[in-house]
Amino acid sequence: MSMNPAMNRYNWRVIWLSLVYAAFLLTAVYCFKHQLLHGVIAYVAAILPALPIIGIFGAMGRYLLEEEDEYVRMLMVRQSLWASGFALSVATIWGFLESFNLVEHVDAYSVAIVWFVGLGVGSLMNKLTLGASVKC
Amino acid sequence: MLMENRLRVLRAERSWSQQDLAERLEVSRQSVNAIETGKYDPSLPLAFRIAELFDLPIEEIFVSPARRSSKAI
Repeated sequence: MSMNPAMNRYNWRVIWLSLVYAAFLLTAVYCFKHQLLHGVIAYVAAILPALPIIGIFGAMGRYLLEEEDEYVRMLMVRQSLWASGFALSVATIWGFLESFNLVEHVDAYSVAIVWFVGLGVGSLMNKLTLGASVKC
Repeated sequence: MLMENRLRVLRAERSWSQQDLAERLEVSRQSVNAIETGKYDPSLPLAFRIAELFDLPIEEIFVSPARRSSKAI
């Protein structure tokens, strides 16, 4: 089956947001490395790479609103719930390990990366429990 | 508890593939397969679309879980 229009739009949004993320991140890293930013501008530049990531979460929400096939939508909701549970669990466990000085500090934004990994876990769980997963 | 249904039989009577039925219902083939195999219960609007497509009342396509369990007793 060819990709449905809602999934197609979602994929394009994620591709564009990923490119914007890479551009913001590289710019911020360069500017901070060369100490070009100070004061409020430094805060703005530090936050900029976070915005496309937040945008990807928004794109997921928009996809769920636009997806007309209720079964595929249900699969994606399940996948997102698995991702959220996975990311929160990993963050909680890591947080306690870090509190007791058993592991190194990890930046908080890593939770977003773990959430994306969790989407893979969710897809696998859909495959194992329902024999189906969302075709991206 | 998921509902049993006669979708596969009704589809076979018309010699439709899952893809044919999916196109008529404007859903994915995955959806048709999930409903037929009892892994997913359609929403009420989709159940009505299915019933209208086969020109049958909903209860002749989907078996009420309550009725099924009372028959078992």
